[in-house]
Amino acid sequence: MTLAQWTTAASNYAVRVDHLFWLLVVVSGLILLVVMALAVGFMIRYRSGAGAPRGELPEAFKHEVEIGWTAATLFLFLFIFWWAASTELSALSPPANALEIHVIAKQWMWRFQHPTGAREIDTLHVPANTPVRLVMTSEDVIHDLYLPALRLKQDILPDRYTYEWFTATKPGTYWLTCAEYCGTDHSRMAGKFVIMPAQDYARWTAAQPQGDDLAHEGAALFRTLGCSGCHTPGASVHAPDLHGVYGHLVHLADGRTVTADDAYLRDSILLPDKDIVAGFAPIMPSFQGVATEGDLVKLIAYLKSLGTGQAANGPTDQPARQPGARP
Amino acid sequence: MTEITLPFAPVEDTGAASYLDAGHTIASWLTTTDHKRIAILYALSITIFFFIGGAAIALVRLELIEPNGWFLTSDAYNRLFTLHGIIMVWFFLVPSIPATMGNFLLPLMIGARDVAFPRLNLLSWYLYVIGAAFTIYVLVAGGVDTGWTFYPPFSTNYSNGYVVAAATGVFVVGFSSIATGVNFIVTTHMLRAPGMTWFRLPLFAWSMYVVSLVMVLATPVLAMSLLLIVAERLFGLPVFDAAHGGDPILFQHIFWFYSHPAVYIMILPAMGVVSEVFACFSRRQVFGYAFMVYALLAIAVIGFMVWGHHMFVAGQSPLANLVFSFLSFIVAVPSAIKVFNWLATMYRGRISFEAPMLYALGFLGLFTIGGLTGLFLASVPIDVATTDSYFVVAHFHTIMVGGSVSAFMAGIHFWWPKVTGRLYSEFWAQFAAITMFLGFNVTFLPQFVMGWEGMPRRYHVYPDVFQVWHVISSGGAAILAVAYTLPLVYLGLSLVRGARAGDNPWHATGLEWQTSSPPPKENFRRVPRVEAGPYRYDAAGRPRPQGTPL
Amino acid sequence: MSEVSRAVQEPWPDLATQREGVGLGIWAFLASEVLFFGALLTTYAVYRGFNPAAFRAAASHTEIFYGTINTVLLLTSSVTMTIALRASEARLRATTINALVLTLALGLGFLACKGLEYHDDVVQGLVPGAGFALHDPPTQLFWMLYWIITGIHAIHLSAGILVVAVVVVLFRRDVIPVQDSTMEGVATYWHFVDAVWILLYALIYLVGRA
Repeated sequence: MTLAQWTTAASNYAVRVDHLFWLLVVVSGLILLVVMALAVGFMIRYRSGAGAPRGELPEAFKHEVEIGWTAATLFLFLFIFWWAASTELSALSPPANALEIHVIAKQWMWRFQHPTGAREIDTLHVPANTPVRLVMTSEDVIHDLYLPALRLKQDILPDRYTYEWFTATKPGTYWLTCAEYCGTDHSRMAGKFVIMPAQDYARWTAAQPQGDDLAHEGAALFRTLGCSGCHTPGASVHAPDLHGVYGHLVHLADGRTVTADDAYLRDSILLPDKDIVAGFAPIMPSFQGVATEGDLVKLIAYLKSLGTGQAANGPTDQPARQPGARP
Repeated sequence: MTEITLPFAPVEDTGAASYLDAGHTIASWLTTTDHKRIAILYALSITIFFFIGGAAIALVRLELIEPNGWFLTSDAYNRLFTLHGIIMVWFFLVPSIPATMGNFLLPLMIGARDVAFPRLNLLSWYLYVIGAAFTIYVLVAGGVDTGWTFYPPFSTNYSNGYVVAAATGVFVVGFSSIATGVNFIVTTHMLRAPGMTWFRLPLFAWSMYVVSLVMVLATPVLAMSLLLIVAERLFGLPVFDAAHGGDPILFQHIFWFYSHPAVYIMILPAMGVVSEVFACFSRRQVFGYAFMVYALLAIAVIGFMVWGHHMFVAGQSPLANLVFSFLSFIVAVPSAIKVFNWLATMYRGRISFEAPMLYALGFLGLFTIGGLTGLFLASVPIDVATTDSYFVVAHFHTIMVGGSVSAFMAGIHFWWPKVTGRLYSEFWAQFAAITMFLGFNVTFLPQFVMGWEGMPRRYHVYPDVFQVWHVISSGGAAILAVAYTLPLVYLGLSLVRGARAGDNPWHATGLEWQTSSPPPKENFRRVPRVEAGPYRYDAAGRPRPQGTPL
Repeated sequence: MSEVSRAVQEPWPDLATQREGVGLGIWAFLASEVLFFGALLTTYAVYRGFNPAAFRAAASHTEIFYGTINTVLLLTSSVTMTIALRASEARLRATTINALVLTLALGLGFLACKGLEYHDDVVQGLVPGAGFALHDPPTQLFWMLYWIITGIHAIHLSAGILVVAVVVVLFRRDVIPVQDSTMEGVATYWHFVDAVWILLYALIYLVGRA
C-alpha cells in the first residue's frame, strides 16, 4: 500500500478542497512568519540592556493600530470563510440520477450493495465520472465512512439513513476506513475503494455472482413478509396503495403533509404508528426485528421500482440532511 | 489617609510568619479554609493526575511505534486513550490554573483576605477528590473505552467498560468546577479592596472571573448529558435509543454545548497568566488593556455559539454547518487580537528571559499555530476531510498542551517564589522550558502532516505508510516526558535548598507582590489602598506598585 | 460578642455585604441549575417536537390529581418560606423557625404524594422497558423523561428539605442567629425548586389536556 492511495485527489471536489487547504497553509504560514519575526525581532532589539528607544506610544496611535488590526483580521477571516463556504456549497446537491449504492456498516465491517444486486464486503467499486450517492446506515453504533482520496467522510447512524455523494475522476485503488470510534476493532474496519472506468464497472457488476437485483428481491420479500396481504388492491384490509408512493406527497392523519422518501418508508415499516396516513386506521404491525437492514434496503428498492412521484431520487432540498433531521 | 483595619485582623501578632506555619498537621491541611492551602491541595492532586494521564499516553505512544500493535490489545489501547482524555481534560486541565493559581492569587490580587465562601472552597476540593476516586476505581477495575466523548449508542449499549463509574466521576468533578466558579464570581464582585475598580483589575483576575462565568453556565450541561448516559445504561431508559425514537445526535449537541466552552475554560486562564508574565518580563504595561478585557468576554460569549463545528459530519443540516462555521471564524478574532497585543507589549519593553517568560513566549508561538489550524477546521470542506484524523488531535493538543500547559508552567514558575518563599534553579527551569518547546514540536508537527494525509485518530493499528510520523511523534513524546519530570526535581529541591525569595523577586506590579513571600494567613498585614491600574512601570522598568501599603 | 458580629463570617467585612454576597452566590448557583434543567428540558422539547402525537397519548396517562395537589403544596410552601425570610429579617426567631418547620412539612408532603403517584405509575406499567404498557415506542420517550425529570426535581427538593431541616436545628440551638445571611440563600433556592415544578407541571400534566 502506498501513500498515494490516501493522498491522491480523486475527484474535482477533492482538488478544490486541496486548493483551499494550500491557500490556508500559505496564509497561516505568512501570519506565523510575521508573528515569529516580530517576536524574535523584539526579543533581540528590546532585550534588557540593549540601547533601543523606549517609551510609550501616543494613545491615539495605539487606538488606531488596535482598530486597524482588528478590522484586518476580521476581513481576512471573512474572506477565508467565504472561500470555504463556496467550496462547500458547490458540492451541496447530489446530482439527479446518481447511482445509488447502499452501505451497511456494522462492527467491524462494511457491506456494500449495488443496485444491480452485486454485493461486496469491505471493498467498494464505483464507476468513474458517474455521480454516485451512498445511502448509509448502521446496524449497531455510529460509524463513519471515510474516503480519503475524495476528501469525504460522513457519520453513519443506526436506524437512520445518511448520505455521501461524489463524482470520482481518477481510476485506481484507494482506501476506505471507519472514522468514528466504534469499539475494539475500529482501527481494523478498513478496506479498498476502487474507482473503475464506467465500462469496466458495468462489466464488473454484471459479472458479480449475485441473484436478482435489489428491487426483485424486495418484491419477493413483499410477499413473504406478508405486506401484500394488506397492501394490494382488493385486499380485505384497508391499507394505502403503494404504487407510485416513492417521492409522492402523503397526507397524514394529524394534518401534516410529508414526502415519502427513504426514511419515511423505513419508518412506516418499523414504526408504523409514527406517521399514520389520513383516512386509515393505525392497524399495521411493526416489522422491527422481523425485517433486517438488508431486507429494508430491498423492500425500499422494490417500492421505488413501483413508479415514483415528483422526485427521482428522494428529497431535492437540503439533501445532505437525513430526512427528519433538524438543523 | 486613614488606615483600613479589618474586623478580623489578629488582635496581636501571632508570630506565625506565613500561612504555611499556621498548623503543621495533616488534619490542619485537610480541614483548612485558607484559599492558599486549598490551592496547594489542588496543586498536589492535579499533578498526580497529570502524571497518571501522562503515563497512559506514554504507553499509547510507545505502542504506536509499531503499525500493527506491539504489547497492547486493542481493548487495552482503547481504554488507555480514553483514560488519557478523561483525566487530562477534567482532572488536570480544567482545574489546573483556576483551582491552583486562581485560588491562591485571586484574593491576593484584589486585596481580599480570602475567597467569598472559604468552606465552599474546601468542599470544591473534596468534590474533586470524590470524582477522582471514581476515576481511580475505573482505572483499577479495568478501564473505560468510549473515548472521553462518551458517544452513544456505543457508550450506552455496546461498551464493556466501566462507563457508569467514569461518567459519575466526571459528573462529580464538574460540581467542583461550578463551586469554584460561584466562589470566584462573588469574590470578584464583592471583595475587592478599596480603590480596586473593575478596570484596575489585573488581567489574570479578569480571566478568573470570565472563566468562572463559563464554568458555571457550561458545566451543568455536561452534567446532564452524562446523567442521561447513565440513565440509559443503568436503567435501560431509551434516552438516545433510535429504535424508540431517541436520537444519538441529541447527545452530541448537549455534550458539545458544554465541551466547546470547556476548551475556553482551558485557555482563558492561560491567557490571563501570559498577560501577567509578558507585562512583568517586558517591564511594561500590557498593550491595549481594555481590548484584552473585551476579548476575554467576547471569547467566552461567542464560545457558547460554535459547538456545532464538532459535528460537521455528524448529520447536521448544511445551514447549521454554515452558521457554526461562520461563528467559528468570528470567535477566532478576539484570540488574534490578544496575540497582537502580547507582541505589542514587548515592543519598546525591557525584555528578560527568565523561565516564566520562556514559557510565555513558547505559548505565544504555539497558541498562534494552534489557533491558525483552527481556521482550517472552521472551514467545512477541510474539516470534512480532516475531522477524526490526527490533524484535529494535533490542533487541540497544540492549544491545550502547547498553549495551556505552557502557560500553567509559566504561572507555576512566576508565582513559585510567592507561594513557597523560595527561588528555584533558573538554569534548570530555562532548560526545561526549552526542552518542552522542542519536545512539543517534535511530537505534534508530524501529527498535522499525517492527519492531512489521512491517518485517522483513535487507531490502535494503522497503515504502515504513516509509521515514520508516528515514530518521530513518539520520540518527541519521550522528550516531553523528560521536560515534564524536570520541574518535579528542581522545584522540589528548591523547597529545601532554594534561596529565600523576598516579597517581590521579579519586581512586578500587582498587590500579591506587596505582601511577604509566603504571604501571612490573612494575606495582608494591612490592605493596600489601590490608586491606579496594574502594570505600571517607569521609564527604567521599575515597578510602580498598584497600591500603597499604609 | 453581639449577635451581628457572630453572624459575620470570614472574610466578609459586615453583615449587609455578606448577605448581598450570599444572595449573589445563590443566584450564580441557580444560573447553573437553570442550565442543568435547561439541557433536560431541551431534550424534552426536541423529542416532543419529533413525536407530538405519541407525547399526547403518553401524557394522557399522567395523574393530574396528584400533580395538582403537589403544585398546591409547593406553592404554599413558598409562601411559608417567604414568611420565614421576612421574619428572619425582622429578627423574629420563633416565627422564623415555625415557618421553616411548616415549609418542611409541606415539602415532605410533596414527596409523600409523589411517592404515591410513582407507585400508581409503576402498577400501571408506565416504566419504560420490557413491561411497558403503551404499545407505540415513542411513548416510552415521554415516560422516560417523566421519571428522569420528576426524579431530578425530587432530588433537588429533598436537598432543599435537608438544608431546611439542618437550618432549623442550627437556629433552634442558636448556633447561628436567624438574621444571618443563611435565610437569603435558603429561600432563594426553595423558590427556584418551586418555579421549576410549575414549569414541569405544565410540561408533564397539561400536555393535551388544555
